[in-house]
Amino acid sequence: MTTHAIVLRTAGTNCEHETQLALQRGGASAELLHLHRLVAEPARLDSAAILVLPGGFSYGDDIAAGRVLGHELRTFLGEQLTRFVSRGGFVLGVCNGFQALVDTGLLEGADADGRPKGGEKRSIALSANESGHYECRWVTLRNEPSKCAWLEPGMLWPVPVAHGEGRLVFKDAATLARLKNNGQVALRYVTASGGEARYPELPNGSTDAIAGLCDSTGRVLGLMPHPERNLSPWNHPRWTRMGPREAGEGLEFYRRLVEAAGSAAK
Amino acid sequence: MPHAWRLEVFRRDGLDDPDGNRALAAVRELGISSVRSLRHGRGYLLSPDVDAASIERVARELLCDPVLETYRVIAPSSVPPARAACQRVLVARRAGVMDPVALTVERAIERGKLARRADGSRARVLTFSAWEIAGEISRAELAQVASKILANDVIDEVRIGDEAVHFVLPGNVAVRDAGAIPLRGASDAELERVSKEGHLSLTLVEMRAIRDHYVAAGREPTVAELETLAQTWSEHCKHKTFAGVIDYDGERIENLLKTTIKAATIELAKPWCVSVFHDNAGVIEFEPGWHVCFKVETHNHPSAIDPYGGSGTGVGGVIRDILGVGLGAKPIANTDAFFVGPLDLPEKDLPKGCMHPRRILRGVVAGVRDYGNRMGIPTVNGGVWVDPRYVGNPLVYCGTVGLMPASCASKEVKPGDVIVVAGGRTGRDGIHGATFSSAELHEDSVVVSSSAVQIGNAITEKRVLDALLAARDAGLYRAVTDCGAGGLSSAVGEMGAECGASVQLEKVPLKYPGLSPAEIWISEAQERMVFAVPPEKLDALLAAFAAEDCEATAIGTFTASGKLELSYAGASVGVLDMHFLHEGTPKWLRKATRPVVKNDDPACPPCKDAKASLLALLRSPNIASKEWIVRMYDHEVQAMGVTKPMCGERDDGPGDGAVLQPLPHSRKGIALGCGANPSYGLLDPWAMASAAIDEALRNAVAVGGDPERTAILDNFSWANCARPEQLGKLVEASRACYATAKAFGTPFISGKDSLNNEFRVGDEVIAIPPTLFVSALAIVPDVARAVTMDLKTAGNPVYLVGMTHAEFGGSHYFAQAKVEGGRVPRPDLVLAPRTLKALHRAIAAGTVRACHDLSEGGLAVAAAESAFAGERGLELDLAQVRCGTLAAHHDADATRLFSESCTRFLVEVDAARAAEFEGALAGLDCTRIGRVTDERRLVVRGAAGKVVIDAGLDELRAAHQGGFQG
Repeated sequence: MTTHAIVLRTAGTNCEHETQLALQRGGASAELLHLHRLVAEPARLDSAAILVLPGGFSYGDDIAAGRVLGHELRTFLGEQLTRFVSRGGFVLGVCNGFQALVDTGLLEGADADGRPKGGEKRSIALSANESGHYECRWVTLRNEPSKCAWLEPGMLWPVPVAHGEGRLVFKDAATLARLKNNGQVALRYVTASGGEARYPELPNGSTDAIAGLCDSTGRVLGLMPHPERNLSPWNHPRWTRMGPREAGEGLEFYRRLVEAAGSAAK
Repeated sequence: MPHAWRLEVFRRDGLDDPDGNRALAAVRELGISSVRSLRHGRGYLLSPDVDAASIERVARELLCDPVLETYRVIAPSSVPPARAACQRVLVARRAGVMDPVALTVERAIERGKLARRADGSRARVLTFSAWEIAGEISRAELAQVASKILANDVIDEVRIGDEAVHFVLPGNVAVRDAGAIPLRGASDAELERVSKEGHLSLTLVEMRAIRDHYVAAGREPTVAELETLAQTWSEHCKHKTFAGVIDYDGERIENLLKTTIKAATIELAKPWCVSVFHDNAGVIEFEPGWHVCFKVETHNHPSAIDPYGGSGTGVGGVIRDILGVGLGAKPIANTDAFFVGPLDLPEKDLPKGCMHPRRILRGVVAGVRDYGNRMGIPTVNGGVWVDPRYVGNPLVYCGTVGLMPASCASKEVKPGDVIVVAGGRTGRDGIHGATFSSAELHEDSVVVSSSAVQIGNAITEKRVLDALLAARDAGLYRAVTDCGAGGLSSAVGEMGAECGASVQLEKVPLKYPGLSPAEIWISEAQERMVFAVPPEKLDALLAAFAAEDCEATAIGTFTASGKLELSYAGASVGVLDMHFLHEGTPKWLRKATRPVVKNDDPACPPCKDAKASLLALLRSPNIASKEWIVRMYDHEVQAMGVTKPMCGERDDGPGDGAVLQPLPHSRKGIALGCGANPSYGLLDPWAMASAAIDEALRNAVAVGGDPERTAILDNFSWANCARPEQLGKLVEASRACYATAKAFGTPFISGKDSLNNEFRVGDEVIAIPPTLFVSALAIVPDVARAVTMDLKTAGNPVYLVGMTHAEFGGSHYFAQAKVEGGRVPRPDLVLAPRTLKALHRAIAAGTVRACHDLSEGGLAVAAAESAFAGERGLELDLAQVRCGTLAAHHDADATRLFSESCTRFLVEVDAARAAEFEGALAGLDCTRIGRVTDERRLVVRGAAGKVVIDAGLDELRAAHQGGFQG
């Protein structure tokens, strides 16, 4: 059976079409679903192996980026999301989706009541970029050895970022140490040759140059950059300087996600 | 103190405060050194009758980030505890100004059931900013910081050392306009008074026509009728200068638009033009089953008064044009161009009533950024031009490209269709925008025109976009248009022009009570669209909008009466004859005099140090890198980008045009380019217009666009055309448009004019230079053959395509050398079209590795940019550069390096395919002038064989990045 993905959208989501295309080209069937519909019919999650929170400016990013969407996910779908992950579902949050995902607490694990440490219990935040402004540019990512097993460790790949609030900040050093020890640091910004990134290769000043985090199961992943904007051979800003290309590097990311979610569902 | 709960959220101690840092940098730039630190707090006011526990919950669960921020709660009507060693400045939007964040917070509180008022109703929210400023700062300095950095008096209320921020809604003004306006017996003086006091911007001739119409009708006009006429007949909506009669030194021109710009399109009769000039945007064929459309608008006057809101609503407005063309298209790209005063202007030289050009540029960039990015539309192309004459009247051009199924290109309203308004609510904002934009700016504009300024709410428009495309694809409506200038009066009036319409104004959803029927009717509140819906599909349409949380309301019916009938709560407030409304405008008769074009030919002085000249040009504001702007726009969303605004090894070379791949299943693309040159316009309007078209086409062809499948758009911004010499320049520029478009075979498909761009301070008038902004949209046969401007491979030959003449009028080299006058570059209308076609053939065949068009600063600047962008060296031999007309008084090297002659390209060709390339350009001006090296230097030999420029790539790059960077 084809692996099914839901791309969740709401007012201000704006990357849903390229995300749907990425999932389809990666081998999944993918539907766009409005948050209201999912809240009304949460059982629709049962048919899906992958839930994607795509990029955009949900609710204008008013208050803070992803905040209102995060609040709505916590309030209306908190339990369903926890169940979705615990039964083996994959969750991907990209850019604004990552910002909302951080707010849900799904990346941080559960508290004593078994509820995700979201909202005011969070220890992770995405802060305004160190540059103080929105920034759109291409960067290089390195897959780190992490719980997110479908990301091949050590691989370097180019991808665009476009955000104003992408700097990971942790409540304390212990939080960062825990995430590292747990294998939850999934992606880092590096130079094109894999060296330590500084601005602008590190576009937002993120702590420890972290670009993406996963949860302790490895099935929930959030990242600021946009792999779905690098699907075609001609998306790369320097493709005219390269040899012939089959596809953009972002396609491989989605292929592997679909594959991992498909085999987990079997 | 406000009778409201107050929540203030600040960054935690020890964390940086980006808003505070940015403001502090601006304070330093203003020359105020007494401010030690400055921090920003987000403030929220909530209804006083919410219980305290709920307020705490709202703060913790919604408003405050537990990792980054702390908050404090201040009870209603109480004074916040003082902060040690700092002064506070509170900035709140004036009552009635759009506050999008407040709407979002209200809705989130309501949906999440976080708080309710005592009576169970929805808690109300307003926002403000709290700035805490430490240092030995004087009261006067604080006032200066507040008005120049922290707030804009037009839209904001500022409180310095005063905590009484307001918590009021506007409205509660009694309905005022029930009565009729006595016009029938009015004298000319009285007619003029009615027009002036009512801000109608109608001329005496027009007022007389209205009076005569009502004399014949045997009654007086109502306020709503008069306002409808003023909006519909405004220069903004009716283009009376272009459509009127012009006496051009005795020659009678009937309808300048029809006889020049439209004539070119009609005579060219391109079969791929689907819809030109009559709809909200021009539409052309793209792929089988798909069309693309393009529209560019100006938003000059609002941007002068509030740059952020002005440019943001400019973007929002042109996006709605695309949503409202045919049955609606999906916006796939935005373009923007700004014309501002000198960025280094000393504060003391700023005319009274003007904002500093730096503040204007930062504001308009931020407005485009926040609106375009939120809409999810990539901003891919544009430009910035600087000239002292834009200081009081900056220009802001916003464009949007759309993609639509071919079946959606046309629309039709049928009597019986329901009139539905969807999107934002209607308020008292933006009243008289159409008439305001048709008048000149002056030092008091800020005070009297503030109701014409608005803040946009992009997310409301995004909801409209999503709902509209869903409803379109489900076939739920028969016609659509946007609410732009003139609001509902223009939208409904236009849609019902051929049949009739009846509107019940009390049904229009309002932001707050108290609007009069006429105000509802002409309000230009943002983010609204109007639909004609077959009655049987009304429920489905309303449901489609509800699914996207977007308000949609039936407000009337299209009829077969031939009349526009307005009522409020059952009582008629106006009945207008559609024919008189649309056809009754008296034709303007205006005088124009032929502009004096000196066409003198002063000597081109030799450059003592060509390298120094080149570096200075690279730093000059029109040429220097605009990367700081590009990076703030999301130019990657929708993932269609093929060539990017910044090109090359380090993504820092300025690309010529943007190539997009709109359909993932097709390799066909579109290329966007633009052209303008105001300093040419000052000397020779004809040449300026012709050169602007040439530049837009060069941009598109350089990246792979097909010049034989290219459509262009005209956007004129002019000074007051009531003055014959200004109108004469418009005549010349329009005639150049006709001749040039005909020669290139590129039809105009859409355009717009803004013809009163002057700033009056005291007795002095600052008129803008004649500014024609041309946009080009070209089809790219195969995106895999698109080309960028960065040099690629050492050893490849480099060619100059096109002929160089000693054309220095309005050039950057003459400006630098302080030489006035000169011949303004203009394309050779016989050779230029052939050159573009031949170059395109060479590019489409894959022989070209890099291509950069020559524009401001000529060959030297293009060569420098291509070299540093490619991280490749370049050797050029000026002796090989062929000059058409080179009189003895023009320096041979300076002319070759810095002339700005049109239709020229610097082209790197694959060494193995040089013969093929030369073959494609055979018979045209195309000369091998150098080669790519791996030396990381630009080395130029003069005509006499001596090295005249030897510059390292890092030097060139540093100069290019050495201008204003935000």
